[in-house]
Amino acid sequence: MNNEIPKKNLLSTQIDLSKFALATEEEKRQQDVMSESTTFFKDGMRRLMKNPLAVGSLIVLALLIFTILFAPLIVPYGYADILKVNGRRDKTAQNLAPMTWSVNEQKYMEETGEKLFPHIFGTDDQCRDYFIRVIYGARVSLAVGLFASVIVMIIGLLYGSISGYFGGRVDLIMMRICDIIYSLPDLLMVILLSVVLDATLTPLIEGTVLKALGVNMISLFIVFGLLYWVSMARLVRGQILTIKENEYVLAAKTIGTPASRILRKHILPNCLSVIFISVALQIPSAIFTESFLSFVGLGVQAPMPSLGSLANAARGGIQNYPHKLVFPAMLICLIVLAFNLLGDGLRDAFDPKLRR
Amino acid sequence: MSRYVVKRVILAVVTVVIVSAITFFAMYAIPGGPFNSEKALSKEVITALNERYGLDKPVPVQYVNYMGKFIRGDLGVSLKTGRGVSTTIKEGLAISAKLGLMAASVAVFFGVVLGSIAALNRNKIPDRLIIFFSTLATAVPSFVLATLLLLFFCIQLGLVDAWSANSQSYVLPVVSLALYPMAYITRLTKTSMLDALNQDYVRTARAKGVAAWKVVFKHALRNALIPVVTYVGPMVASIITGSMVVESVFTMGGLGSKFVTSITNRDYTLIMGLTIFLAILMVAANLVTDIIYKVIDPRITFD
Repeated sequence: MNNEIPKKNLLSTQIDLSKFALATEEEKRQQDVMSESTTFFKDGMRRLMKNPLAVGSLIVLALLIFTILFAPLIVPYGYADILKVNGRRDKTAQNLAPMTWSVNEQKYMEETGEKLFPHIFGTDDQCRDYFIRVIYGARVSLAVGLFASVIVMIIGLLYGSISGYFGGRVDLIMMRICDIIYSLPDLLMVILLSVVLDATLTPLIEGTVLKALGVNMISLFIVFGLLYWVSMARLVRGQILTIKENEYVLAAKTIGTPASRILRKHILPNCLSVIFISVALQIPSAIFTESFLSFVGLGVQAPMPSLGSLANAARGGIQNYPHKLVFPAMLICLIVLAFNLLGDGLRDAFDPKLRR
Repeated sequence: MSRYVVKRVILAVVTVVIVSAITFFAMYAIPGGPFNSEKALSKEVITALNERYGLDKPVPVQYVNYMGKFIRGDLGVSLKTGRGVSTTIKEGLAISAKLGLMAASVAVFFGVVLGSIAALNRNKIPDRLIIFFSTLATAVPSFVLATLLLLFFCIQLGLVDAWSANSQSYVLPVVSLALYPMAYITRLTKTSMLDALNQDYVRTARAKGVAAWKVVFKHALRNALIPVVTYVGPMVASIITGSMVVESVFTMGGLGSKFVTSITNRDYTLIMGLTIFLAILMVAANLVTDIIYKVIDPRITFD
């Protein structure tokens, strides 16, 4: 073999190698891959952490969850308990302003020198500490939001993946059902179903753990399970329709992988990010729906508070005690805002369609 | 095109029938009837009343009877007040329709204007302010907003009279109802306007020297409005249900508050009449939106 460079013709475009020099060691190092290899999740998290609004909402939510978990351990009052001084019911503690003590409590503190825990948000018309009620209200509202979103996610995921994966006639029929449920007037149905379920479920849950939560909350979850999964199902279906065209799915099919395993191992992990984004955005809408139901009088069972029911109850005495509306309402705004901003941030960070 | 319309109309009719069936059967699952009031009526009277209104028949038969009458335009009379259901709906509609239309126009107009301003001043102060307030506005429940507006403007400042028979100011109800959809439309318009401004046809128009305002209004905005149009259907739905809350905060007595009281009263005929009426309204709004969407955007195919 002749390794020598053939002589260059005059008009040839062949590269003249004699004009090139060997790369130095330093120049060779420039070719090394400097950044670490990254996964989809790590890459998304890095983007998310660069978004100040999303990080801010994460911090706000973390602080909020920390507070509602630990505040009841510090504050010596119960959400359903009428305040007591020295073991006796304190009737002077009605509708106190924030950070004040009732007449009886002041007397008690002067006599014993013991300092009682302040009523940070004052008290309500039934002599209960309002701060702890708002804290429990936030617990209930957040739990409702999370739980309703999880229900929506599970149903939407199952329905959407079956419809999208099998396609054809199954898909057609399942999507027509979706279309119909989607165009039902949702809040009208929510009110109606809540009233119906309220009446039919009450005897069923008597004496169980569910009783404490109240039948209205259970009917709210059922309503979410019946009506709100549709957009999630559509989203999952759309994702699966595109993902199942990929070669790796074809490869899995050729080696005889069963459909359920292809769905679990190959398709669902690829649409997880889109699903989580939409769950994050579902939570505020569930919290809104709960507060709407509280407004109509179909909220949580008294004495259990929710932010919506607290805000609604405060409308009665709004002229004298505006702070009672402001505290729960602010908390609703804060939670909804934080989840909305976090959802937006997640979408910007994880949705591949927005990648530039 | 006509095939698509026919398909959508059939789907809409099916939806309304399903709503009516769910409502009808759900209603009868609620214990208690329209005649269980504080005044205890004798058994004979209740039997006679049930017989008179056909409530003694099996529920499916009642449903068929009701739908038969409904198609002929007979909505029956309220079991509680004895007044015609259609008269009650007309009364409520006079208030609700006015409120809803005003709120929808305010929301669309200001939403589009603010969204365009934000898009044209991207990352400048007007954009930041508009987006800040519209994000904030989507986080306030409408009853809180309505209550605070009522407290502040009616009671504290006394600028606006509260709703009564002789003073019917729509300003505050419209504001509280329009804020959420307006904020949503603002954000929607901003996103799609930015998208449109980056399109090749806008660059071409600019390159050939079309006046700046003409580029914005004729080229960018017209295309940016397509997603806004698709939001109008769901917006009508949210305004109808949202008006339930606002109407009852301002004690206006529109359709929404009538719906809530009809359920607590177990007023079967009124519940049915109102639900079907509202369902038709919402389904029709969605139908019209979908058809308009396909008409104004030729890029969308009919399947």
